[in-house]
Amino acid sequence: MTTIALHRRRILFSRLMLTLTGIAAFVVVVPLLLIFYYLVTAGAQALNLDFFTQLPAPAGEAGGGMANALLGTFLLVFYAGLMGIPIAVGAGVYLAEAGNTKLGTFVRFIADVMNGTPSIVTGIFVWAWVVLMMGRFSLLAGSVALAVMLLPMVTRTTEEMVRLVPRELKEGGMALGFTRWRTTLGVVLPAARSGILTGILVALARIAGETAPLLFTAFGNPFWEWRLNEPISALPLLIYQYAISPYDDWHRQAWAAALVLIGLVLAISLVARFLIRNPYR
Amino acid sequence: MTRPSPRKPPPEAHEIRPAVEAKDFSFWYGKNQALKRVSLQMPDRQVTALIGPSGCGKSTFLRSINRMNDLIPGIQHEGDITLDGDSVYRADQDVVALRKRVGMVFQKSNPFPKSIYENVAYGARVNRITSSRSELDELVERSLRQAALWDEVRDRLHSSALGLSGGQQQRLCIARALAVSPRVLLMDEPASALDPIATQKIEELVYELKEDYTIVIVTHNMQQAARVSDRTAFFFMGELIEVGRTEEIFTNPKVEQTEAYITGRFG
Repeated sequence: MTTIALHRRRILFSRLMLTLTGIAAFVVVVPLLLIFYYLVTAGAQALNLDFFTQLPAPAGEAGGGMANALLGTFLLVFYAGLMGIPIAVGAGVYLAEAGNTKLGTFVRFIADVMNGTPSIVTGIFVWAWVVLMMGRFSLLAGSVALAVMLLPMVTRTTEEMVRLVPRELKEGGMALGFTRWRTTLGVVLPAARSGILTGILVALARIAGETAPLLFTAFGNPFWEWRLNEPISALPLLIYQYAISPYDDWHRQAWAAALVLIGLVLAISLVARFLIRNPYR
Repeated sequence: MTRPSPRKPPPEAHEIRPAVEAKDFSFWYGKNQALKRVSLQMPDRQVTALIGPSGCGKSTFLRSINRMNDLIPGIQHEGDITLDGDSVYRADQDVVALRKRVGMVFQKSNPFPKSIYENVAYGARVNRITSSRSELDELVERSLRQAALWDEVRDRLHSSALGLSGGQQQRLCIARALAVSPRVLLMDEPASALDPIATQKIEELVYELKEDYTIVIVTHNMQQAARVSDRTAFFFMGELIEVGRTEEIFTNPKVEQTEAYITGRFG
């Protein structure tokens, strides 16, 4: 083979690979675009004021809304964050600052396993430990399930973000006569703040859309509810329930709910992106 | 090859008592010996420059004075360093309290991701140096003035410190260190990342600060050592080769290696 032919063959091969990877990249985006197309065409018409203000209509009746499920999702995510974020951030800081121990390696490994655990398993676990103990489905049980989902995600991102803080900055604190704790709290955490916040937001967006852990913990509720010890509705639960129902009106509302849910996740992701771009306040 | 033992300069009439003194100080990173029986006196309110080629142990020595190396696993030492006669390495030494007495400025400026004001005030607040808001304001202004930065930042005290230039950031780090009223100021190549004008400002600052503080400065820049220091110590391969009054070290070094280094024949 002549040099020129070889050269030409290499260029062709390079172009072929570029095209293939380009197609792969496009295929990744296609599902999201299709999801949006479907959601908007099927769900937008069911989006009206009633959807955000009314309770679900009784089975078979038209109209109604998902106001209680919106509140439910908000409360579930709120309490899950309240329980999970302090523990996860604390654990992440520990792993980054003092995690080169046997305990650290063990916790890191467990967190990775938890990250890969199917969410339905988390649901069963919380059902066995919280629902059975309390004797009822509840907002509390649902929040615990979501908090368990959130823990490993936020722990690991916090660890990564704290590790990214330059050693010089840490030494600057130590050199001023700060204790290790004060250096971590006053110097390291502020420097890692935007990264940690982003990790928290991504995790919150993720658990806001979880359905499986809520099936036998929060359970669902057709009425207004906000008490911790009562079953509560959530958007993903209603989507599931409405989508498998035989009523066209419920199907449309399920599409609308899905649109709202993905809009929520998108909004949180955009805030997270914004935070990344402004590393210091 | 035999090496002449380190010679101490003859005691002089105005010889000042040392603020910091190393006695037969050796230091290891794991099995790697970084300092070999270094004995060095750093006189009160004078500038002592540590010079020598990369890896000679001068930074290790500097960081041994405020025990910054404690953070590194696998370290070991022998001998002692004293601060006003108080052993830095005694078993019950409070390292946190020690570092309040020994301020440090790093090679790479490392302001906290906070406002200019907070950078200076934070250390004072944590260490409970001042109680009232007005006292704190005063302390911040005084420290910034001492660091020759006040006039440049007085109008933007509450904007982010990260918006300052490299030279300004470094002077802010000096102000931050001064705000906790240290006895000694350690400087690890404080101007190596700065342009000549910013460097000159830092050097002028060092010259002024020695009125009130004992300063130990590591530098790779011979001219800088000659300009700012009263005494110069030359390190090589973990040993202190020669120490003396700066003008003597630069005009009439007693050890051949010192002369070779300062004239640029190696290192």
